[in-house]
Amino acid sequence: MPLLEVRNLSKRYGDFTALGDISLDIAEGEFVCFLGPSGCGKTTLLRAIAGLDPQSSGTIHQKGRDISALPPSKRDFGIVFQSYALFPNLTVVENVGYGLVSRRQRKAAIGLRVNELLTLVGLPDAGSKYPAQLSGGQQQRVALARALATSPGLLLLDEPLSALDARVRLRLRHEIKALQRTLGVTTIMVTHDQEEALTMADRIVVMNQGAIEQVGTPQEIYRRPATAFVADFVGSMNFLAGTLVAPDKVKVDGLTFGCTAQDGLAPGAKVALCIRPEDVRVRDLPSDIANRVAVEVAELDFVGAFCRATLKVQGTADVAMTADFSSNLIRDLGVELGRKLDVALPPDRLRVFAA
Amino acid sequence: MSLAASNRLPVLRVAMSRDDLMMRLGVVLLAVVLLVIVGLPLWSLLSKGFEDRDGKFVGLANYVSYFSTPALFDSALNSFHVAAVCTLIVVPLAFFYAYALTRTVLPVRWLFQGISLIPIFAPSLLPGLALVYLFGNQGFFKGALGGPIYGFDGIVIAQVFYCFPHATLILVTALATADARLYEAADALGASKLRVFFTVTLPGAKYGLISAALVVFTLVLTDFGIAKVIGGNFNVLATDVYKQVIGQQNFSMGAVVGMVLLAPAAIAFLVDRVVQRKQVALLTARAVPLIPKPKLGRDLFFTAFCTVVSLGILTILGMAAWGSLIKYWPYNLSLTLANYNFTNFDASGWDSYFNSVEMAIGAAVFGTALMFVGAWLNEKTREFFLMRGIVQFLAFLPMAVPGLVLGLGYIFFFNAPNNPLNFLYATLAILMINTVAHFYTVGHLTATTALKQIDPEFESVSASLKVPVWRTFARVTAPICLPAILDIAIYLFVNAMTTVSSVIFLYAPDTKLASVAAVNIEEAGTTAAAAALCIVIVITSAAVKALHVLADRFLLGRLQAWRRR
Repeated sequence: MPLLEVRNLSKRYGDFTALGDISLDIAEGEFVCFLGPSGCGKTTLLRAIAGLDPQSSGTIHQKGRDISALPPSKRDFGIVFQSYALFPNLTVVENVGYGLVSRRQRKAAIGLRVNELLTLVGLPDAGSKYPAQLSGGQQQRVALARALATSPGLLLLDEPLSALDARVRLRLRHEIKALQRTLGVTTIMVTHDQEEALTMADRIVVMNQGAIEQVGTPQEIYRRPATAFVADFVGSMNFLAGTLVAPDKVKVDGLTFGCTAQDGLAPGAKVALCIRPEDVRVRDLPSDIANRVAVEVAELDFVGAFCRATLKVQGTADVAMTADFSSNLIRDLGVELGRKLDVALPPDRLRVFAA
Repeated sequence: MSLAASNRLPVLRVAMSRDDLMMRLGVVLLAVVLLVIVGLPLWSLLSKGFEDRDGKFVGLANYVSYFSTPALFDSALNSFHVAAVCTLIVVPLAFFYAYALTRTVLPVRWLFQGISLIPIFAPSLLPGLALVYLFGNQGFFKGALGGPIYGFDGIVIAQVFYCFPHATLILVTALATADARLYEAADALGASKLRVFFTVTLPGAKYGLISAALVVFTLVLTDFGIAKVIGGNFNVLATDVYKQVIGQQNFSMGAVVGMVLLAPAAIAFLVDRVVQRKQVALLTARAVPLIPKPKLGRDLFFTAFCTVVSLGILTILGMAAWGSLIKYWPYNLSLTLANYNFTNFDASGWDSYFNSVEMAIGAAVFGTALMFVGAWLNEKTREFFLMRGIVQFLAFLPMAVPGLVLGLGYIFFFNAPNNPLNFLYATLAILMINTVAHFYTVGHLTATTALKQIDPEFESVSASLKVPVWRTFARVTAPICLPAILDIAIYLFVNAMTTVSSVIFLYAPDTKLASVAAVNIEEAGTTAAAAALCIVIVITSAAVKALHVLADRFLLGRLQAWRRR
């Protein structure tokens, strides 16, 4: 039995549908990310699960118990907000122990538990400080400790890292993930940062305009995006406009590319032929390789570890795509602006979506 | 097609937690309280205007007779005339004073700022009395104004003194929130100082100017004390209400004049609300605060300007203080404290002063609790939109209602024999209630603003931790808002000490307030004792304010260590 079962959840504000008929299962111990652009409904879904902004219709079951209509205080979850919402006038110890005090536990027991939690989040000595005296990353950890203090069955994280600067964010990603693994607490994190979702999640729920686009492991989402939206939103992707001429052939401006067989699309359909910039092959092309095209390097953007090249496809009016070239490759092949070369688009790396 | 396949989904009914239930009950209770202390008295007043002296419904007859009585209608014209002239004088004066405080480098800036606030601590009676000493029939500069001080001139001068701090406070706020980047951009584009003033400074303060003008206009229109003391035969709406009710016991006509007074005040208030809503968009989080740099010529000019204005304020205050200490003006100028022996001038003696203090403390304590808890309930209750909207409306209503009008409504409502709350009539409690109601809006707004500034997710966190919402209120929300809570309490105390207009109808012999006693003593012709009582009020409210400033600086600093980084 899944820990959380969401069925046909909808949320409407007047005529506006913020969430449309969402169904989703989350297994015990899973780390799930709700990923999508701002306004896609991911936070709305999280707040509905918490009971903070109840859905208009649909049900939510947690451990088999129907919590659809329960107020937040009757549900079992801990939550960390983007703002952390730490109580500014209470010390770190008082913040973390806030939920324990009201459960009438013995003072000594509370003290032990708070210390344990502060050690867990790596702040064993910050207990007597006030939130304003802590850095953003430290505040984030205190908020996490406070949410975990009552050992909730479900941990909800609403964009917990987006207020932090890049380096702290990177470090906390790993720490939160490690913590989650140690405790085994089922976790839902809302984020608009695809890299965050890819590195942290066991499963990603990609959302757009109040609906789920795709649910899958990070590898599935990245390698086999189910929709053009997912392909575009997660990672970089080239979209070449073309026509499906056979189940496994797409014609782009006179050039025909082989791809895996497309069942869902009828020949003659307008499609987008997609390939990720890092999947464009350049080195050691066998003479009989499929989908070989001649290109000219039109732009070369240095991005640090690699260069992103814009390639004009020869023999077409204005078909162009980007490809990622490592520094080695650029040196070995002498890639420079205006250089003409052959590249190949491996058929198994091509994705085709209805346009 | 079966029903199940139709598109209509069952709408979810969310169960309420105990917190939700308690808070909704609280909101309903608050709505009832506000209805009793604001809504129903106003309703009584409104309906009284349609009754004759015996309580029979007569339709618009009272209104017809009002507008066809030239003497009464002239008062309305007089009121508008005075209010317009005062607005035209006070707003520019306050604007340049506020400009000096915020945009130039003044020596002893804090002193200039403090002096500009003095009139707030005085009953509006005080400038009237001071003018009598200065320009009255036996005044120092008798005839210096080319005519008698009683009437139009006197009212205008006294009102300028009385309204000045209110306009200055608004304009200081408007001018203090400038974005330095705009000035740097204008400088970089080579704009002249004058052009910068007209294209950047003035538009930036536009909403503040409109707001200040509306506030001054309403204050002058609805003030009672000044017109009473120095109006002479120059009748205005506020004195008409008093004459109709106290003099002629014509309550219906009093109600009609009250409604005539209410209409412009309410309109001014509505315009101000619309204007203020626009102002919010003006401020961005990324604005760079403007810090004025020294510039000799400008700073000297504005120092001189502020000195002149401050001397004007101090002269009026000083005149009242001196007058209160003089044996027999103008024949025996030796000093005495005899005028402070109030028993010789008014039956209530010093009791009126202690009544005032008791009433002011009560209003401050109970009023602050009601306003803050009320604002919190209305901000934090989930859903329940209709009831919260009603509370919001009732909380804003008092701002649009002149004190005299509210006081009149209180007579009609609480004095009605069939009202179960009738027992409150003629007690100190009703004066407290009336004061809290009269000044409810500002306290409610202060509390709401403070509550909006704290993280909206505190209650969500508490709910997830299963902590009852009242505990978070007591442990987190209220302590964080302590400065705002103190602000409200001081505001209520000072206003309770100085208000005349709304309580003048409501006191009994043993609950007379100092401000009212001052009016009575002045009426009896003893200017010196009336001035003495006013001075006692000024000293009390200014002292409390000074204590507040000290507490803010030292005590709160220690209590609120968490604010430090």
